Amino acid sequence: MENRFEVVIVGSGPAGLSAAGRAAELGLSHVLLESTTHLANTIQRYQKGKHVMAEPGFLPLRSSLPFDAGSREDILAGWLQNAKALGIKVAWNADVVAIRGQRGDFALETRSGKIVHAAHVVLAIGLQGNPRKLGVPGEDQPFVQYQLDDPDEYQNESIMVVGAGDSAIENALALSRHNQVSLINRRDEFARAKEGNLNLLEEAIERGRIRVFFNSSLRHIETQESGDHLAQVTLTTGDGEVRVPVDRIIARLGAIPPREFVESCGIRFPNAAANAVPELTHQYESNVAGLYVIGALAGYPLIKQAMNQGYEVIEHILGRDIKPVDHDLLAEKFAGLPFALDVEETLERIKTNVLCFGPVNSLRFRELILESEIHIPKEGEVIFSRNDYTNSFYSVVEGSVEVVIDEATGKRVRIGEGHFFGEMGLISGRRRNATVYAGRYCVLVETPRRTMLRLLSSVDEVRRRIDQVFILRAIHSQFAPNSSLEDLSDLVNSAELRQYAPGEVLFAEGESGDELHLVRRGSLTVSRYLHGREVVLSYVPAGKYVGEMGLLGNTRRTASVRAVVPTETVVMKSEPFLALLERDPKLKEQVQLQLQSRLRANASMEASSEGGELLSFLMRQGLGEATDVLLIDESLCVRCDNCETACASTHGGTSRLNREAGPSYASIHVPTSCRHCEHPHCMKDCPPDAISRNASGEVVIADNCIGCGNCESNCPYGVIQMAQIGGSQPGLWSRVLFGAEHKKVKDKDAPKRAVKCDMCTSLKGGPACVRACPTGAAVRISPEQFIELVQEN
Amino acid sequence: MHGSFLSHRGGFWFWFALALVLLSVLAYVWHEPLGVPNGGTWLGYTLGTVAALLIVWLTLFGVRKRAYYSRLGSVKGWLSAHVYLGGSLLVLGTLHSGFQFGLNVHTLAWLLMVLVIVSGFYGVWVYWRYPERITRNRDGMTREIIFREIADIDRKASLIVEGLGSPADRMVISAIQLFSVGGGAWRQLTGRDRSRIIVALDNSKKKRWKQVANPTQQRLLDELTGLLSRSADAQEAALLQELIDLISRKARLMRQLLADIRLQGLMEVWLYCHIPLTIALLATLIAHIVSVFFYW
Repeated sequence: MENRFEVVIVGSGPAGLSAAGRAAELGLSHVLLESTTHLANTIQRYQKGKHVMAEPGFLPLRSSLPFDAGSREDILAGWLQNAKALGIKVAWNADVVAIRGQRGDFALETRSGKIVHAAHVVLAIGLQGNPRKLGVPGEDQPFVQYQLDDPDEYQNESIMVVGAGDSAIENALALSRHNQVSLINRRDEFARAKEGNLNLLEEAIERGRIRVFFNSSLRHIETQESGDHLAQVTLTTGDGEVRVPVDRIIARLGAIPPREFVESCGIRFPNAAANAVPELTHQYESNVAGLYVIGALAGYPLIKQAMNQGYEVIEHILGRDIKPVDHDLLAEKFAGLPFALDVEETLERIKTNVLCFGPVNSLRFRELILESEIHIPKEGEVIFSRNDYTNSFYSVVEGSVEVVIDEATGKRVRIGEGHFFGEMGLISGRRRNATVYAGRYCVLVETPRRTMLRLLSSVDEVRRRIDQVFILRAIHSQFAPNSSLEDLSDLVNSAELRQYAPGEVLFAEGESGDELHLVRRGSLTVSRYLHGREVVLSYVPAGKYVGEMGLLGNTRRTASVRAVVPTETVVMKSEPFLALLERDPKLKEQVQLQLQSRLRANASMEASSEGGELLSFLMRQGLGEATDVLLIDESLCVRCDNCETACASTHGGTSRLNREAGPSYASIHVPTSCRHCEHPHCMKDCPPDAISRNASGEVVIADNCIGCGNCESNCPYGVIQMAQIGGSQPGLWSRVLFGAEHKKVKDKDAPKRAVKCDMCTSLKGGPACVRACPTGAAVRISPEQFIELVQEN
Repeated sequence: MHGSFLSHRGGFWFWFALALVLLSVLAYVWHEPLGVPNGGTWLGYTLGTVAALLIVWLTLFGVRKRAYYSRLGSVKGWLSAHVYLGGSLLVLGTLHSGFQFGLNVHTLAWLLMVLVIVSGFYGVWVYWRYPERITRNRDGMTREIIFREIADIDRKASLIVEGLGSPADRMVISAIQLFSVGGGAWRQLTGRDRSRIIVALDNSKKKRWKQVANPTQQRLLDELTGLLSRSADAQEAALLQELIDLISRKARLMRQLLADIRLQGLMEVWLYCHIPLTIALLATLIAHIVSVFFYW
């Protein structure tokens, strides 16, 4: 094989394969370096028969290879066939360990020491990373594997599983059905494993199905020429050396994240955040000239996006000026705009007009606009209303909007061109705190929450600019709607943001302190030591503040304040705040009144210590981050399960709540059901962005769910299930007279989708579970009502 | 927030039903029929019509409960009305009869109505008292957790007996195999444990095995404590003690489980009278109405 190419593509996933396909089609000298012995390793590793979706649906495919929604097998077969037909040159087992040089003269070194030269490099290695190897001689023997696809493939073997995580335990358990399994743990316990796995492992150990070596590591692996087994492993254990005959070794030691490798190639990341992506031009070129990054590594996790980039990157390398595939989509988006500019000019205009987008690179900005919506509202139109649950972010490209800052007087402030609004809902995850009206000739960009969060975590400067404005507006709206912004400058400049981990103490009872904390995200509990134990007295959600007593002069803290969930507060110092109170006696009175009502509520909670116990029980169930939760009063519940039946009947046969599961305290039962978190964990990593929050607060999963199961595993409360949707619901009378039940989907292989409580948004009249409860045991309440609930009990 | 169906909307349906009852009683007292009071007077017909309509409407509760898309009030509101209006029927129906009872289809309809209402009253009582008892008995556990814990104890016990040998091993293993819970309605409602065990009957010379009752593992515990009291081997005694601790825990869980099944059963069993009696009542009611008009 000659080893100098025009373009070398690293990684044969959807992005790399598509790039290689285009290069082959154009007859460009190329080679595709793949570290394994087959194409698209990540897709290969999907479970058999998995249905792969082709999101985002609106984006056309631009690639020399085909791709459409279908089974894993069909997609892989299509790629393989086309890769052959196109004549893609692939080098197998070519695990690239270093990339040196720049445009025109790159040298890529593989693990086996081979050097490949290239004028251009396309890095498309994805995010899966390389599995961490055993690190002992023999680690690359054919019987050593770092992945287990089908445990039933192996029978009657002596298998050694190495690792202490869930994947190692799960592999060991699955293999132990038909094999002799030993499990090697470097430490003396399985600290990282899930409890369910631990129980199963304990059982398997007791039954003698798995032998575990604790405090042990592999010393070396010797291949056996004769005998019953393929090899012999020498282990160093706490009791000296032990030799174990094996036929197979499965090492599950996690993956080495690719970032380290990417940085070693000279590519810069904007910051240290775990999800940061390299800085790229809109032609996918990194700061190293001639080195291009595409696919999941560039921040595009969907197959179709990755394939499009593969095609485009080759065009860019050839210096062809092709319009990005999204050009027409953007043109359509910009169609109604009052500027006579083409797509690129319009993008530039928005970017220069809107201050907070200034620091965003052009590729990312394009993506942002593609995911955003452009609005041209009529004057006086409502953009969003106070108490809406929407959490998108708006920027004013032209004209202005008016924000009602005082509902009582109807006082409004103007937000002009280049500024933004809606950041409070985005950051706090709570309801909108003001109604916003469109001004004259107004052009707005509405950016969805996820896009904005991704931007905030990757571009520090944007985050800084938004935070600054956030602090100013929070203080203004909370304490001084009547003061001018200049009056507040001292207070705002001295204020700072602080982050707290769950359980962390902001300040403790008895300490001295004079800072006030305005909660901007998360929630807090206020507690006191009474009769030798800590009793929770109240719950402080985002948008409220604590610590005002210190500001008002009593600097000895009378209670402890703790974060319930990850929490951020705006911390205000006493001096500038006191100066503000001096200027505004009304404000002082208002703060004192609020303090009094808090103290009164605390006193009544102190009178009943069970109330505090119940409140802290609710907090322990993670309800501090809930916005709406289903609670069952067990002293009223007759266990008829009509709530579950109602849910299943109105939702395609799968109940999204499990009445019996979940903990109880003092007859209050928290069933397993979605609590519509302020910052939903399920939204964290949804490839097609199918999970969103409605204006009325429900967190819902849309039809473009691809069934990947990320949300199911990200939800800490176990309220999301993967289920086949459909089947048929028998008529009312056959249910009444014959007790007919929902008929499940007939096709066993029908794709599964994530399902969860949607609070019956599509039903008039509210949640079916609550409406179907005959005894009044089931209610849905928001955390603001917890105190009321506690007092009622 | 949480509120019982009995006090729904400040007991609106209670007051409504009470007003209906008082109105009927007043009308009955005030009314001076020709001859004796009976169903054939204008008041009798009125009361009969109201009562019949009420019966039909009360039956529709079973439909409303399953009409999950319905926005016609809440199921809780319907139950509240069902209970109080159902109660008022006792007075309305009886006044309609004019206290004329005999061996005929009319009195049969009245009798069935009374039985349905009485079974309903029992239902209200269990719905009011039992949920709390169930919660208290469960003590934070679910049936699934109890079963899992029992399975866990069984697993541990069967490992321990491997070191003990006969007769402990056969007794413990048989107690696990002959463990039984639930079953028919009667067994559920009485809460009797029909678990059994095979024990060694020591007839001085020859050992004989016999299957005997083992309610809540008591027999097994008796046998094990017997073995422990006779044991002279320290290691064996330690294993027996461990086994006894485990089985005692299992006995406690069993009692909890049996009580749970019994309470849940008692809370539901009345419906098995209430519903069939209602169907019978509807049939008899039709016969009653048809025969009245036929002989008119």
